[in-house]
Amino acid sequence: MEQQMSIEQVNRALQRKRNWAKAKKILANAFVYFVLLLMYAPLIYITVFSFTGSKTAGVWTGFTFSNYQTLFNPNNKFGQNIWSAAGNTVLVALVSASISTVLGTLGAIGIFYLRKKWMKNAMDFVTQIPVVNAEIVTAVSLCVLFVICAQVFHLERSFLTLVIGHVVLSIPYVVMSVQPKLEQMDPALYEAAMDLGATQTQSLWKVIIPDIVPGILSGFLLSVTLSLDDYVITAFTKPTTGGFETISTYVDSATKKAGLPVQLRAFTAILFAVILIVMIVMNIKSAQNAKNIVKKEKNKND
Amino acid sequence: MSEMVLAQNPKPRKRFNFRGSLCIPYGVFMALFVIFPLLLILYYAFTDEKGRFSFGNWGTVFSSPENWKVIGATFLIASVTTIVCILIAYPIAYLLSNKKYNKNKVLVYIFLLPMWINFVIRTIGLKALVNAFFKVFIGADLTATYPYVAIIIGMVYDYLPFAILPLYNQMLKMDKNQIEAAADLGANPFQVFVKTIIPMTIPGIVSACMMTFMPTMSSYVIANKMSENSTKIIGNIIEFWFGQSTSAISNHVGSALSLVMLLIIGISLLIEKSLTGKEDTKKGGIW
Repeated sequence: MEQQMSIEQVNRALQRKRNWAKAKKILANAFVYFVLLLMYAPLIYITVFSFTGSKTAGVWTGFTFSNYQTLFNPNNKFGQNIWSAAGNTVLVALVSASISTVLGTLGAIGIFYLRKKWMKNAMDFVTQIPVVNAEIVTAVSLCVLFVICAQVFHLERSFLTLVIGHVVLSIPYVVMSVQPKLEQMDPALYEAAMDLGATQTQSLWKVIIPDIVPGILSGFLLSVTLSLDDYVITAFTKPTTGGFETISTYVDSATKKAGLPVQLRAFTAILFAVILIVMIVMNIKSAQNAKNIVKKEKNKND
Repeated sequence: MSEMVLAQNPKPRKRFNFRGSLCIPYGVFMALFVIFPLLLILYYAFTDEKGRFSFGNWGTVFSSPENWKVIGATFLIASVTTIVCILIAYPIAYLLSNKKYNKNKVLVYIFLLPMWINFVIRTIGLKALVNAFFKVFIGADLTATYPYVAIIIGMVYDYLPFAILPLYNQMLKMDKNQIEAAADLGANPFQVFVKTIIPMTIPGIVSACMMTFMPTMSSYVIANKMSENSTKIIGNIIEFWFGQSTSAISNHVGSALSLVMLLIIGISLLIEKSLTGKEDTKKGGIW
C-alpha cells in the first residue's frame, strides 16, 4: 500500500514537472512569437492600408486596388519615381557588392599571407575602421574628399562616388567573412599544388579560392544587404545633379515634402509578400533537408 | 597562423610574396577612401576657412548650449535603446539557440528578414502604427507629445536584430554541460542563470551593446522620422553642418563635431576591450 502511494506520488510529481516544462515551452514560444509579431507589425500595417486610397496610412476609406494600379501605371509620376529609385538601389547594391567581394577577397587572402606581423596588424586595424566608425562620420569624410575632388579635378559626385561609398561600407564585412575560411584551410594543399608544378595563379584559382567560396558568398550577400538598407552614406555620396535617388533617399525626401506617396504602400506590400514567400520556401526546404538527413542516417544504419 | 605556415616551410627564402601582394589593391583602396578622408576631417577640424591653424571650430561646437543638450540627449537615447534591446534580445537569443525551445533554425532568419525592407520605409510604417496605437491612451500623437519615447521605440525596433545576432552566436558556442553541471550540483535556476549563463555570454552581450549603441548615436533619419523633426541627436547636427549649412566654415565645424563622435567611439571601444579582456572582438561580429 505504502509502496503504491509513493509510486503514485512520484507519478504525480513527474506529471507536474512535465506540465511545468510544457507551460514553460508555451510561455517561451508565446514570447518569441509576440516579439516577431511586433517586428512585423509595421509591415502588416502598411500592407493592410495599401488596399485603401486614403492619403495617410491609418485612415480606411474603402477597399481598392488603385494604389497598385497607379504604381504600375507608366504615366503615374509617383509610381515611376518609385520604380526608378528601386532600380537604382538594386544597381548600386549589385555593383558595389561585386567590387567589394573581389577587392575584399583578394585583400583577405593577401593579409592572411603577409609575412610581417606588424603589416598584418595594420591591415586588420584598417579593416576595422569602417566597421566601428559611425556611419555619419564615414559619410562626411567621403563627402569632404569628393568636394575636394570636385574643386581640384572638376570631378563632380556621380554614380561612381556613390559606389565607392557603398564599397567602403561593405568591404570590411567581406574581408571578415573570408578570413575565418582561410584560417580553416589546410596550408599544405597550396604547397602541394606548387610542388606538383602549378603556377602561383593556378594554385590560387584551383586551391585557395574553391576552399573559401562559402565565405566569399556570405560576404557578397552581406554587402548587398548593407547596401540596400543604407541611407546616410548614400545621402552624402550620391550624384548632386540629375535627381538620382535610391529608395532610402527617395522615401526620405518624399515624406519631408508631403507624406508617404500612397503608391509606396503598395510597393512595400509587394516587397513584404516576396519576403513572406522566401520565408515559406526556406521553411519548406529546411523541413525537407531535415527529412533527407534522417533518411540518409537510416540508410547508413541499414 | 602564418608563422605556422612558415615554420612548416623548410626553406623560408626571401622570394616575392605573390599571395601577400594580393592585398595591395585593397590596401590602396582603404588608404584612399578610408584613411585619407579621416585625415582630411582631422585637418579640417583644426583649421579655419582660410586653412590657418585654429581652435575656433571647437569654440563654435562647445559654446553652443544646444550642442550640449543634443549630446546629452543622444547619450540618453542611445543608452536606453541599448538596455531595452538587450533586455528583449537576450531571452530571444537564448530561446532561439536552445534546442529545447527551437528546433527550427529558420526562425532565426525570420527575425532578420524585415531587414531586407528598407529601414526608412519600416520606420515610417512604425511611426504611423505607434501613433495610431497610443492615440487610444494619450489622445494625441506619441511622436509629438513624447518624442524621446517615440525615438527610442524606433531605434529599438530597427536595431533589435543587430542585438539578437551576436547574442545568438555566443549562445550557440555556450558550453551546455556547465549549465547542467550547475543544476546537478544544486544551483537553483536563478543561480544557474547568474553564475553560468551570464558569464559565458558576456562577449556576446558586449558586442550586442556595441552593435546597438554606436549606430543609434548616428542614425538621425530614425530620430527625424520618429520625432517629426522636433528632436536632434549628434547625427543631425553633423548632417546639418555638412549638408544644409553652406557657409565656408561649416565643413570645419562639422569636422570638429565628427572628431567628438570619433572620440566617443574610441572611448566605447576601450570600454569594450576592458570588458572582454583579450577575447577576439571579431569573433563576436554581427553574423
